[in-house]
Formats: sequence, structure tokens, C-alpha cells
Amino acid sequence: MQPIEPETRQAVTDSAVSVRNVSKVYGDVQALKDLSLEFPRGELTSLLGPSGCGKTTLLKIIAGLLKPTSGEIEVNGERVTGPGPDRSFVFQDFALLPWASVLRNVAFGLELRGVAKSEREAIAEKYIREVGLAGFEKKFPHQLSGGMRQRVGLARALSVNAQVLLLDEPFSAVDEQTRRKFQEDLLELVKNEKKTFIFVTHSIEEAVYVSDQIAILLPRPSRVSEIIRPSSFRDKSVDNIRRDPEYLDIVDRIWASLRSYVE
Amino acid sequence: MSLYGYKLPALSSLILWALLWEFVGRLGLTFFIPPFSEVMVTLVGLIPTPAFLNALWVTSYAFLAGVFFAIVLGIPIGILMGKNRIVDELLLPWVNIFLSAPLTALVPVLMVLFGFGTKTVIITTALFAIWIIILNARAGVRQINRSLVEMARSFGASPMDAFVKVYFWAALPEILGGVRIGVIRAVKGVIIGQLLISIVGFGALFELYSSQFLMAEFWAVLIVLFGLAFALSEFLAYLERKVSYYAASR
Ligand SMILES: Nc1ncnc2c1ncn2[C@@H]1O[C@H](COP(=O)(O)OP(=O)(O)OP(=O)(O)O)[C@@H](O)[C@H]1O
Ligand SMILES: [Mg+2]
Repeated sequence: MQPIEPETRQAVTDSAVSVRNVSKVYGDVQALKDLSLEFPRGELTSLLGPSGCGKTTLLKIIAGLLKPTSGEIEVNGERVTGPGPDRSFVFQDFALLPWASVLRNVAFGLELRGVAKSEREAIAEKYIREVGLAGFEKKFPHQLSGGMRQRVGLARALSVNAQVLLLDEPFSAVDEQTRRKFQEDLLELVKNEKKTFIFVTHSIEEAVYVSDQIAILLPRPSRVSEIIRPSSFRDKSVDNIRRDPEYLDIVDRIWASLRSYVE
Repeated sequence: MSLYGYKLPALSSLILWALLWEFVGRLGLTFFIPPFSEVMVTLVGLIPTPAFLNALWVTSYAFLAGVFFAIVLGIPIGILMGKNRIVDELLLPWVNIFLSAPLTALVPVLMVLFGFGTKTVIITTALFAIWIIILNARAGVRQINRSLVEMARSFGASPMDAFVKVYFWAALPEILGGVRIGVIRAVKGVIIGQLLISIVGFGALFELYSSQFLMAEFWAVLIVLFGLAFALSEFLAYLERKVSYYAASR
């Protein structure tokens, strides 16, 4: 067999997730209509759009938690028929087991996959350290702040080592300072973990700050109206992004196209 | 409860009622109420007798067996009803009917079906307890946070895993509440069973003492029964409090 040249491999845009002509109808509500979108591997793509436009719906269809009415999803070239080990989900309301310790919560994804106790706890401890919760392994969710709970949710999603992380407004239930810290951590994570992140947010600034690619969705029946790829500030240090002219331009541009949908 | 700023221990109101009982008993108004002290003396004398110990054993056996079946059948049925629309629509009307039905009226039918032995007493006990256990388990499962269910699914939980590792625990505060009420109803069930079906256990003692007007003995057995039921219910309430830390934050 002929070895593939590295150059040609790069020339083809490599998508971790492909959404093809997906529609979703809830009773008489058409949430998504003929939506197609590519998610490049190893990058963070934000889904941004007005409330109720179908962002959560799209994310859950990719997760395999909802069936599309028509169209299909491919993850790493394989068609999605349900939840799978190649994707993991971070929930807006954290979805932690309130009766289980931080350690068991983080290890729960592995527990469901039948990983032996000592092994899964070693992995969980590693990710607990990684998200900055070392020392809280024995605590229970009700003893943690909102920000710390979301770190537990994030550690759980990371510990199953899925290639695609799906995050549904993960920072919307935490305070502004924590949120900024999270955004910086997320940038680090995208750089270090080499995973594909799909990130739903309401916040234009947040989307521009953390994304390699921003997909703007328009209201129901929603489709992608625009894809924006910031280029110049992605390599700058986290402190300088918010002052970058391109960052400010993109924020303004997105606001200009979304403002007509906000009463 | 507190009196003049002093915190009184729990149940101290019972002392007051015991004193009143003693006083009324001493008046000798009716044979029906002997003095409380006499009842207590009888109680202490009664406990070591073979008749009492045998009754305690027979009753506990039927009671525990009945409660056991009510729990191991009731909780899974309730969880299943909470999770599955079809099962729910099939069973819910029956559960509601039996919950409020006068089950005592059903006992003769059970006797015809299952005979006059302990088996029928156990079934009666289970029938008194099971409906509220089912309904509470169902209610518990129905209020589970949707995202917990989706979380389990997204990490690939098998139905069995989801059942054992998520639904059961998430519904546990309600389940325990149901078991506590069910157990109290089962006390009623076992005594009614023993009175109506086979004259054994505490039922037989009640029958014997009341027919021979041995009121001190009658009250003594009733107090023992009350004490046991109360201790059991307090124990379950204690378990309920142990899980209440997460009941509010599911
Ligand atoms: N289970 C459901 N049954 C019926 N309609 C639904 C259901 N879930 C969502 N919808 C509808 O589909 C549309 C899209 O919902 P979705 O939750 O995906 O929006 P969203 O973009 O995530 O909104 P938000 O930004 O407010 O979270 C909404 O109009 C909503 O009312
Ligand atoms: Mg949403």
C-alpha cells in the first residue's frame, strides 16, 4: 500500500464530527431544519444563537441522546445510532450523583464501562488533580460550590477519554469570576488534550474567546447562518485576547447579526 | 418541646398521659382501665412467659415475611411504573384502588384462596404494606432529574446499571418514606390477619385477654406492640434523615 503523504492528509479537512442535513421536529415545533455542519478534529467549535434555536437539541442529537427526524451524524466516519464511548457530555446542571463522593462521581463514567475499581479511581484522581480539585475527593456535591461541581462534571467527561467532548452551556450556572477562570482553563485543555470540543453558549464574548470556529445558528427552524474562524489572536496569551482588534471586531459582527432576533 | 425554658426530652408528654392513666385507673371507674402501674407490672411478668415469647415469634415472623415481600416486590414495581408509561397505565388504577380499599373485607377471600395458616397472614400483611411502597417508589422515580437519566445513558449505562446505580438511589428518600408508612400499615395487617384468619400470635393473645376481661394483660400486650411499631418507624425515619441531605438537591 502507498503511504499517504503528510501534506495530502492535511489538505483534506479532517472532521471529527459531521452533521449532515439534520432535521428535528418535536410535535408541531420544527427545532432544526436541514442543518449541516463540520467539526474539525482537535478544535473547539461553539454553537451560538438565540434562546430556543435548537442548540441543546443539536448537541443531544450528536450525543446520541435524541434521534434526528431526518439526516445523519458521523463521528470519526461512523454513523451515530446512540450514545457511545467516543463522545462524552458535560451537563449545564452538572448531573452529579448527590449520594456519591467526588471520587466516585468522576469515576462513574468508567464504572459504567466496567473498569475495575482501583484502576478507575487512579484515573479519576488524575483528572481531579487536573481540574484543580485535589483534596476534595471525599467530599460530596452538596459540599461544593457551583464552580467546583462543574469541575467534577468536566473531570468525569475527561476521564472516559472520549475523543469528542460535548458541553451544553457548562459555565452558565457559575459566577462571572469563576467563569473567566474556566474559559482560560478550557483554552489550556483544548491545547493539551487534543480532543474535539463542541461548546454551546449564550455569550458572544465567551464564544469568541474560546473558539477556533463559531457556528451562528438562527432561530427556528434553525440552520447555520454563518461560520466564523478567528485567526490572529488564538496564539496570543490569554490576557491579551480581549484587547485584540480582531476579537473586538468579531464580537461586534456577531452582535450585529444576532441583535435583530432579540426583542 | 420545652417548659419554662428547659428543653424536655422527646416523648416526655407520654409521662403526663401515663400519670393521668394511673389516676383514672386508681379511681376504679371501670374494669376496662386498670392503673398504669398494674399494667406495667403485668407487662414485666408477662414478657418471659412462653405464651408471650411464642406470640412474639409467630407475629414477628409473619410481619417480617410480609414486609419483606412488600418491599422486594413493591420497590421494583414502583420504579418500573415510574419509568415505563405502558406498565404505569396498566397498573396504576389497581394500585390506587387497593391503596384505599378496605382490605379487611378481602381477608375472607384470601382465606378461601390460601387457607387458614401463616401463609395467608403473611399475604395479608404484604397486601397492607405494598401499595404505598409502590406509589412512593413511583413518585420517587418520576421526580428524578432528567439530566441524571441522560448522564447515565450518555455514559452507556445498561438498563440494569441505571436501575441499580441511579434510579434506586435517586428515588431513595421517597422509597424510604413509603417503606415507613408501609411498615406501619403492615402492623395493622398482621394483627388483623391473626385475628381473622388463624388465631395465633399477638392476635390470639388479644382475643384471649379481651374475651376473659384480663384488661391489664390486654393493655400490656398493646403497649408492647405499640413500642415495637414505634421503634421500627423511628428507625426508618432515622434512615430517611440520613439520605435527606440529598433529597433537596437532586
Ligand atoms: N422535548 C421537547 N418537546 C417539545 N419541544 C421541545 C423539546 N425540547 C426542545 N423543544 C423545543 O425545541 C426548540 C429548541 O430547543 P433547545 O432546547 O434545543 O434550544 P436551545 O437553543 O438549547 O435553547 P436555550 O438557549 O434556551 O437553551 C425550542 O423551541 C423548544 O421549545
Ligand atoms: Mg439549551
